[in-house]
Amino acid sequence: MDNREVLVDIKNLRTFFYTEDGVVPAVDGIDLTIHRGEVVGLVGESGCGKSVTALSIMRLIPNPPGKIIGGEIFFGGEDLLKKNEEAMRMIRGDKISMIFQEPMTSLNPVYTIGDQISEAITLHQKIDDAEAKKRTIEMLHLVGIPEPERRFSQYPHEMSGGMRQRVMIAMALSSNPQLLISDEATTALDVTIQAQILDLMRGLQKKLGMAILIITHNLAVVAEMAETISIAYAGKIVESASAKEIFKSPRHPYTYGLLQSIPKFTEKKTNEPLPAIEGMVPSPYHMPKGCRFNPRCPFATEKCREVEPEIVELTPGHLVRCFHPIES
Amino acid sequence: MAEKAIEAKKKGQKMSSEDYTYVGMVFHRLTRHKLAMVGAVMLIFILLFVFVGPLVWRVNPNQQIEGMGGLFNPPSRAHPIGTDDYGRDVLARMFFGGRISLFIGFISAISSTLVGAVVGLVAGYYGGWADDLLMRFTDAMLSIPTFPLLIALASVLGKGVWQIILVIVVFGWMADARLVRGLALSLKEQEYVEAARAIGASANRIMWRHLFPNTLAVLIVSTTIGIGGAIIYEASISFLGFGVQAPFASWGNMLQNAQQFIWKSPLLIIYPGLAIFMTVLGFNFFGDGLRDAIDPKLKL
Repeated sequence: MDNREVLVDIKNLRTFFYTEDGVVPAVDGIDLTIHRGEVVGLVGESGCGKSVTALSIMRLIPNPPGKIIGGEIFFGGEDLLKKNEEAMRMIRGDKISMIFQEPMTSLNPVYTIGDQISEAITLHQKIDDAEAKKRTIEMLHLVGIPEPERRFSQYPHEMSGGMRQRVMIAMALSSNPQLLISDEATTALDVTIQAQILDLMRGLQKKLGMAILIITHNLAVVAEMAETISIAYAGKIVESASAKEIFKSPRHPYTYGLLQSIPKFTEKKTNEPLPAIEGMVPSPYHMPKGCRFNPRCPFATEKCREVEPEIVELTPGHLVRCFHPIES
Repeated sequence: MAEKAIEAKKKGQKMSSEDYTYVGMVFHRLTRHKLAMVGAVMLIFILLFVFVGPLVWRVNPNQQIEGMGGLFNPPSRAHPIGTDDYGRDVLARMFFGGRISLFIGFISAISSTLVGAVVGLVAGYYGGWADDLLMRFTDAMLSIPTFPLLIALASVLGKGVWQIILVIVVFGWMADARLVRGLALSLKEQEYVEAARAIGASANRIMWRHLFPNTLAVLIVSTTIGIGGAIIYEASISFLGFGVQAPFASWGNMLQNAQQFIWKSPLLIIYPGLAIFMTVLGFNFFGDGLRDAIDPKLKL
């Protein structure tokens, strides 16, 4: 359905953490496809493996205790998991960039922001300092930082959180990456700044044409930005479809539950409590048998408690991991 | 801040961005730290004494006065603080001895800090077996009774300024290594380190460009205090006869030389002793003040 070239193809990625208390299957068979220039949302609760997926793509899983034990991550046709550290360093920050959740601590306090963006540029491009500075100021201008010449020589503590996140974006985009991973990049910001940053990212995506993987727990964020959305639960993708489909006709009970638990302006005011998904995310040390969502699922049957469902394409482009998908 | 701005306005000054810099803040806090200022005054006095003194008092420190009459002279116009057992001018020897002592102090304190920083950064950043190996080695070095080995090493290496520096560094880096390792362990969990890895920085680059500068504040303090310690070490080694060799003076070998005449001419022991005492105390006071000034949580 999407005739753009495939940029990232993650197949059955498995990243486990070997802790003293046992093995945590943080990512246990995630599949994800990102086309060139596509904005993909990866949504899930805390601990569902979304950040670990991002770090696995970057090959930045702290080892020990983490380890990618299986699967393939194709990036532009090459398997990143087969590359050595040296080759990965050439890719990080150049072809794949990442922005993090905490803009307040993601910049080194002892260097000016100009220094830090220039570092990102000179790591991947053979240019001299004057040119790097020129490019840095261009980038600061691009991400909407006023007076970039003056800001160039300022330290991180002289900037607000929203400004610092703009700096992080400038740094991430300075080498024109093909893929930008945004790991909860707007979560730590307040709502108005969040909207500004999302606007900025959308504008830059149109301008520069890179693909973006947005990782968030906030459905509103992906609703605004993403073309395709994948919902993760307990280390697996449970549903994947176009953003429109997900919001209009969710098929997996978990997705349905998530959407139900968002308050809506259009509904009449009632005294009914907001619907919530019963129960808790399963402990990573004791994953339930069968479908991982079965203890919380209102439609669970014997089969769900025994056999793990495979992900199947119900309608073109709409994948669901469920024996009893909700009828659209 | 507001009060400061108003005050500055009254004085007709403009608030410059200098008022906000880290170095400016540390300097400001340092000037308000009484003990640090006492230390600074002592150090300035010593430095002037050692470096400006010889320009004013141009006497060859190794020149001996012929004849018995030149030995153990009391203070006089010709020799303001007397002469020693070879009839050499003690004041001139104090100047040049001080230069050597301070040189050894500075170089060995800075070198041992750097060695400690390398060991600490590698251990703290890589963790795992590298950490175990390096830290157990550090523990082993710390549990060696230093002094006998110091003397043994000094006698093997031979006698001279660079040999002393080497010996002091070999036995002086461990505390800094532990300090830096501890800092590196906490600093490497900072998000900017992960961000640096995400832009493709190598391990070496992260250690030296991103972690090291963040340990500098602590290391500067530890080096400052280390200079005092290194001067004491030099004095001890020289006192035992393994240090700077005659005819060249250092405060340590002046002490060593004077011990046999302690009843005959006690002043010969008091001059270098007092100089070492003042220098070490000055560095310790100043270092303590610097530590307080650098710690933003402390009110001064």
